[in-house]
Amino acid sequence: MSMTENIVTGLSWFFILSGSFFVIVGAFGTWRFPDFWSRLHAASITDSAGMILLLVGMCLQAGFTLVTVKLIIIGIFLFITGPTSTHAVANAALVSGLRPEEAEGLRGVEPKPLVNSEPDSKI
Amino acid sequence: MMFSVATIAVFVAMVLVLFRLFAGPTLYDRVLSVNSFGTHTVLLIGIMGFLFGRPDFLDIALLYALINFVGTIAILKFFRYRAIGDHLHIASEEERKT
Repeated sequence: MSMTENIVTGLSWFFILSGSFFVIVGAFGTWRFPDFWSRLHAASITDSAGMILLLVGMCLQAGFTLVTVKLIIIGIFLFITGPTSTHAVANAALVSGLRPEEAEGLRGVEPKPLVNSEPDSKI
Repeated sequence: MMFSVATIAVFVAMVLVLFRLFAGPTLYDRVLSVNSFGTHTVLLIGIMGFLFGRPDFLDIALLYALINFVGTIAILKFFRYRAIGDHLHIASEEERKT
């Protein structure tokens, strides 16, 4: 086995092991965290860090082939849609009236309603 | 070998997310869990393609990513407006207070 193959194999071991670590950490946080908003944070770890690291590790194993192109396409798509769907879930929960639990003496700011109740007088 | 480790890790993560899916107190916990489960499924299909030496599975993974995103948005839209396509009406402020 040549020097370059050793380096590529070691790098893909590193990326895949750290990606697996982040995937498990994100899922464990989704299971154990007490609040919806903190669970949202934990689930985003899988969408960003775990997904990117695992796909980079697979790219290094595939080499310069069509498989790498497909992996990059999947990565770009998940990189765009993961935060978008997480934002959609958070926005729907906020609109429906779910609020994070406030600590003692710490008041959150009430968000503005989506529908403007006062008509615009300048029209 | 490395793909076996990643497969086991993603399997364990999927089981943990399923626990939250069945236990989640609110609707939005469940939607979040379903979305996260879909992302895990995409990763699992890709990794298992490498594990079995058939990277053609990546096409299926790409299709699954597309369906997962559209499904999440559709579920949220349905529970917001109680309709997917037709008869959308945005609730006014008085209706929302009731």
